Amino acid sequence: MSIQPEHPDFLWRNPEPKRSYDVVIIGGGGHGLATAHYLARNHGITDVAVLEKGWLAGGNMARNTTLIRSNYLWDESAAIYEHSLKLWEGLEEDLDYPILFSQRGVLNLAHTQQDVRDSVRRVEANVLNGVDAEWLTPDEVKKICPIVNTSSEIRYPVLGATYQPRAGIAKHDYVAWGFARRASAAGVDLIQDCEVTGFTTDGDRVTGVRTTRGDIAAGQVALCAAGHTSTLTDLLGVPVPIQSHPLQALVSELLEPVHPTVVMSNAVHVYVSQAHKGELVMGAGVDSYNGYGQRGAFHIIERQMAAAVELFPVFARAHLLRTWGGIVDVSPDASPIVGRTPYEGLWLNCGWGTGGFKATPGLGWCLAHTLAHDEPHPYVAPFGLDRFVTGALVDEHGAAAVAH
Amino acid sequence: MQLIECPWCGPREEVEFHYGGEAHVSYPPDPSTLSDEQWARYVFFRANPKGRFHERWSHSAGCRRWFNAVRDTATYRFHGVYRPDEQKPVIP
Amino acid sequence: MTRLPGRGRVDHDTTWRFTFDGRELTGHPGDTLASALLAHGVHRTGSSVNLGRPRGIGAAWAEDPGGLVQVEEPFPEPMLLATTIELHDGLVARGLSGRGRLADVPDSARYDRMHAHADVLVVGAGPAGLTAALTAARAGARVVLVDEQSEAGGDLLGTADRIAGAPALDWVSAAVAELRSYPDVRHLQRTTAFGHYDDGFVLALERRTGHLGLAAPRHVSRQRVWRIRAREVVVATGAHERPVVFCDNDRPGIMLASGARTFLHRYGVRAGCDAVVFTTGDSAYASAVDLADAGTRVHAVLDARAEAPAYWRAECERRGIPVRTGHVVTGTEGTEGTGRVSAVSTATLRDGVLGEAARIECDLLLVSGGWNPAVHLFSQAGGRLRFDNGLGAFVPSGELPGVTVAGTAAGVFDLAGCLSRDPADAGPAPTPPLVLWRVPGEQGRQFVDVARDATVADIARALGAGMRSVEHVKRYTTIGTAHDQGKTSGVVASGIIAELLGTPVRELGTTTFRPPYTPVAFAALAGRSRGALFDPERTTALHDWHVARGAVFEDVGQWKRPRYYPRPGEDMDAAVLRESRAARRGVGILDGSTLGKIDVQGPDAAVLLDRIYTNLMSSLRPGMVRYGVICGVDGMVLDDGTVLRVAEDRFLVYTTTGGAATVLDWMEEWLQTEWPELRVHLTSVTEQWATFPVVGPRSRDVIAALAPQVDCSAGAFPFMAWRDTTVDGVPVRIARVSFSGELAYEVNVNAWYAPAVWERLLDAGRPHDITPYGTETMHVLRAEKGYPIIGQDTDGTVAPYDLGMAWAVSRKKSDFVGKRSFARVENRNPLRKQLVGLLPLDRATVLPEGSQIIGTDTLPEPPVPMLGHVTSSYRSAELGRPFALALVRAGRDRIGQTLHVPVGGDLVAVEVTGSVLVDPEGARRDG
Repeated sequence: MSIQPEHPDFLWRNPEPKRSYDVVIIGGGGHGLATAHYLARNHGITDVAVLEKGWLAGGNMARNTTLIRSNYLWDESAAIYEHSLKLWEGLEEDLDYPILFSQRGVLNLAHTQQDVRDSVRRVEANVLNGVDAEWLTPDEVKKICPIVNTSSEIRYPVLGATYQPRAGIAKHDYVAWGFARRASAAGVDLIQDCEVTGFTTDGDRVTGVRTTRGDIAAGQVALCAAGHTSTLTDLLGVPVPIQSHPLQALVSELLEPVHPTVVMSNAVHVYVSQAHKGELVMGAGVDSYNGYGQRGAFHIIERQMAAAVELFPVFARAHLLRTWGGIVDVSPDASPIVGRTPYEGLWLNCGWGTGGFKATPGLGWCLAHTLAHDEPHPYVAPFGLDRFVTGALVDEHGAAAVAH
Repeated sequence: MQLIECPWCGPREEVEFHYGGEAHVSYPPDPSTLSDEQWARYVFFRANPKGRFHERWSHSAGCRRWFNAVRDTATYRFHGVYRPDEQKPVIP
Repeated sequence: MTRLPGRGRVDHDTTWRFTFDGRELTGHPGDTLASALLAHGVHRTGSSVNLGRPRGIGAAWAEDPGGLVQVEEPFPEPMLLATTIELHDGLVARGLSGRGRLADVPDSARYDRMHAHADVLVVGAGPAGLTAALTAARAGARVVLVDEQSEAGGDLLGTADRIAGAPALDWVSAAVAELRSYPDVRHLQRTTAFGHYDDGFVLALERRTGHLGLAAPRHVSRQRVWRIRAREVVVATGAHERPVVFCDNDRPGIMLASGARTFLHRYGVRAGCDAVVFTTGDSAYASAVDLADAGTRVHAVLDARAEAPAYWRAECERRGIPVRTGHVVTGTEGTEGTGRVSAVSTATLRDGVLGEAARIECDLLLVSGGWNPAVHLFSQAGGRLRFDNGLGAFVPSGELPGVTVAGTAAGVFDLAGCLSRDPADAGPAPTPPLVLWRVPGEQGRQFVDVARDATVADIARALGAGMRSVEHVKRYTTIGTAHDQGKTSGVVASGIIAELLGTPVRELGTTTFRPPYTPVAFAALAGRSRGALFDPERTTALHDWHVARGAVFEDVGQWKRPRYYPRPGEDMDAAVLRESRAARRGVGILDGSTLGKIDVQGPDAAVLLDRIYTNLMSSLRPGMVRYGVICGVDGMVLDDGTVLRVAEDRFLVYTTTGGAATVLDWMEEWLQTEWPELRVHLTSVTEQWATFPVVGPRSRDVIAALAPQVDCSAGAFPFMAWRDTTVDGVPVRIARVSFSGELAYEVNVNAWYAPAVWERLLDAGRPHDITPYGTETMHVLRAEKGYPIIGQDTDGTVAPYDLGMAWAVSRKKSDFVGKRSFARVENRNPLRKQLVGLLPLDRATVLPEGSQIIGTDTLPEPPVPMLGHVTSSYRSAELGRPFALALVRAGRDRIGQTLHVPVGGDLVAVEVTGSVLVDPEGARRDG
């Protein structure tokens, strides 16, 4: 277990907003900051502002459970998430920041015959897509993660698991700060406490944003506001098919190392890893109702604890230390929505559900490309709004619902 | 965990209820006359406001009846519930 | 020994042994581990997590940021505070360095949960809480009173306060006794309210047997989570004293002033022999005075204020305790080994400038930097807080419906106020406290959060890096993220940040209070929902029979279904080949009772089903059965099954096993929310009907023997018809439906009679060697006929056309749910995946289900274009070779082509066929 890394002495400037930028990014979370970084790094575009209504990376970036993986079923998903994973693998050097990226692998447990079929299907598809993936027997699961209860006596015995060795975790805050630091150093203005309250338009073109710190003109505007996206698009009368739900997570106190990898299970809803300092980090289920409150109901946590102790009996006397909630923006097919809006100059990026963190560098890279070329990057092109009209969905929950 | 007022049963625990999303989205009278865009709007697009929201709930582990509610999605507070055949209430 | 004979609320006459860090020590009933350690002069409990600096007991209860221990016996439990562990005989514990150890064996203790409903829930049995509970109880309210300590009294347990001229604890005893006299009062000690949610919902953890140690009865749950729903919640949770930050303020022997007072009065333990008290307010004087009275040499009270309170100055003078106003502690020295404080440096502080310095030797430094109301439960439920400049603390602000904050939690710091009494009981007139977050000094040695080794320097560094938000600083420094969640450090951190930034604290705010208030064991929250009770197991009426027959079960939803019935020496393949051969050549029987069943009744029943199913159901005649498909509005297959028309106004709808609840909910939703004008009622009858498919060429003989009064000839009882009859006077409904392509009958009976009718069927089938078969054989039989399983051969992206089921989609109906989606661009894509059969050309490979399908006979570099995947795959006794079903792009156009399936490292060549591989002409249906 590593101790606290050394942070750089300087992270970001706190400038006053200018009256005009080439690119305005709404939302100073992981996606907004990564997009700003890659705009500067890959395209030399630095006349950029990232507008954040609260504190940088204080939304889902600060609240997610930091899993990074790319073992998605469909080609379109595998492509963007694998692109992202490859970027993660070089991110520490790129950002020159200790982001504690740890490729400890992820196990997705199967508990029913249908889980097994879905898992094998995903593994086989992953392999053909160049994503590392294996199917493991319960004994092999036990070798990788000895504390998983692989007894046949439990309610839903473990019948096997998919394994992606290159998957892992990172320290969410440090990732955000790393992107912010590089973006700020490149000249990007990171403006906190700056809430967008409206847009300025010229016909069907967005020309800027109205904010609590004044109007700001923009050549292009990128929405990186996750669950709050529709509250912004509503201002323009542009409907976006996302629903924002509470999603809770929790941590234990610091514990000696017991859990060497990441384990996920759908049937027995568990998602757990042990973070660098030693706390168990767990994601709970999504609360059913729409909610922006960044909190959820406790029975979801109780259910989560039952599942955790069922699959990991040694967790019995670990202690729940803190629970919190984020806002998960869910699209109809559980895939992101990235691309054009009916307004020229306004780009959409939302609907990442539980996939937003792991996509951070990949999306940032592709959205920066999209803004620079005024054309969706090939990896995000399948995720446009038009798919809901044509029916060409990328249905990740229909195929193999794997949350987080 | 909230107490939710079922219009038929009275206040019950949240776990007894099933969420049904936006209310007052009627099935189109003749879908075949709709364009693909219009149909997509009905199938996939629902309002997602931060604040007061007219939404549907079902008392699924109780009387199994559907009803509508006005709830604030920021505070989660219910401002009223009403039966499907009742008028949308005006909430101050 | 620093134990004072006869003092405190411990039983001095009984001595218990316990072990700490390998040392055998003694204590008494009523002790906590912390008080017992202090009684032996042990302050240090471990080391800090990052720097390895000595850490010790810093308070007397849950706010202690320092005294973390690991319990090893009776059962390992990590990261507990010595101050909250009730001592018991035989306890084995050890100090920690910031990380605990989980047991490597399962915890066999029981945990459970209880619900309680109350008019008034009072949290905290201190003076304010008891007063509130008494008031409510006297008014006849249903009251629940919870308190986290082992006995009622709250802070009074740690003081020598008096109420109305008598010891305050007498008043407490009387209050508790009075509460006991009300039948509607539930009073729970050792019960910590840890979460406060909407509408008066409070979760509390009751520690029921842990304090009994090895004597804990095994049949009693160790801990219990109370789920309390209350109309009114009174938060009387008191306040936490907070420290002042100075150099080397993290040593063992440095303690909150109130903590030392509690150790003295409640446990009869002097926390030190030579004490210095450093305070910014009045309350610490009582600690100084009481400790002095108990024999501790109090060398100085250093009061950072310019003026000391007259009353307390006099009390100190009377005892020879020097009071030095305008003084602060600037640093400490420690003892080799234990690290315990051995001396303090002190200096005057005026206008932020340190003056004349001095050094005082001591073994105990008591610190009081003011009090933070314990607003956690108020804030968790959405209560707003405001920063009170006078107190230097966040206090409740504004109304929160249904919640009242009382006593010190509300910022009321005098006992009379807490008791709602006239001020006659009030103590000396208070002198306003000074809000002092830190003393000037070397920032890197000034600890803000001792549990996380986070210093003022860390805060300064975060601010220098550009951070301005408390949340950023907290994340950068990790302040407030330890076991205590910043109970003592949170507000101090806000204060220091504000000071360094030169902004008011109220503008910065504090971090959010999140549940739980104190850590709760996972197992306690899991409660009984473990093992068999993790999720209900659903079994059919024949479950015992299946078990007796040695069935191997599979989980299908919550159901336990027999997968196959191995005979001695058989593996699954052998058993399934035998079972399926019997069904194709003789007769087999399946327990299909898990199929979902919905009774649809009402004059508009047919109208509803016409709108829900893709097929036309209204044209179905009573007495007949029709297969139907249900789609979502997106046009994708949701479920399928047979529909049996009982009468003009009544249908019995069968769903898949896994889809039963979904389909019922689906129909209810449409019926109630879209078509309330339809007069239809829906009732689940899944559990009421047992269903036994009797399958195979000999099935007619079996049914004829079972129900001789039914004419089973193909003409009289045609395919897709049903008949009612009786067996031994029991009503039985027989439907001629087939999920195998064979002549087959589905026998339905009230589940009460299922075992009897099942036995009758077995008797009737014995001459034909009737063979029970499980889900695996069912799957083989249906797959050979190309019948899809929804959820296995479909995945939510498959439309009826993709399954080759255009025949099940009505062209007559103007509309049904999902119809419009069929006309979308993507649904007309000729490259859509379609259900086809696959025959491995090697006639040997059973393709793993889930395998992907490619078009080339060599494997190119990734990404490899994939054409589809194998959805079902089996050995076929009938075909004499393995076969599979698959979803393949433009699959029907590829029939006859050879494609390839990567299996292991190899590519298996497969021929694409139609989906129906056995009896494509349907010749066997009538036997």
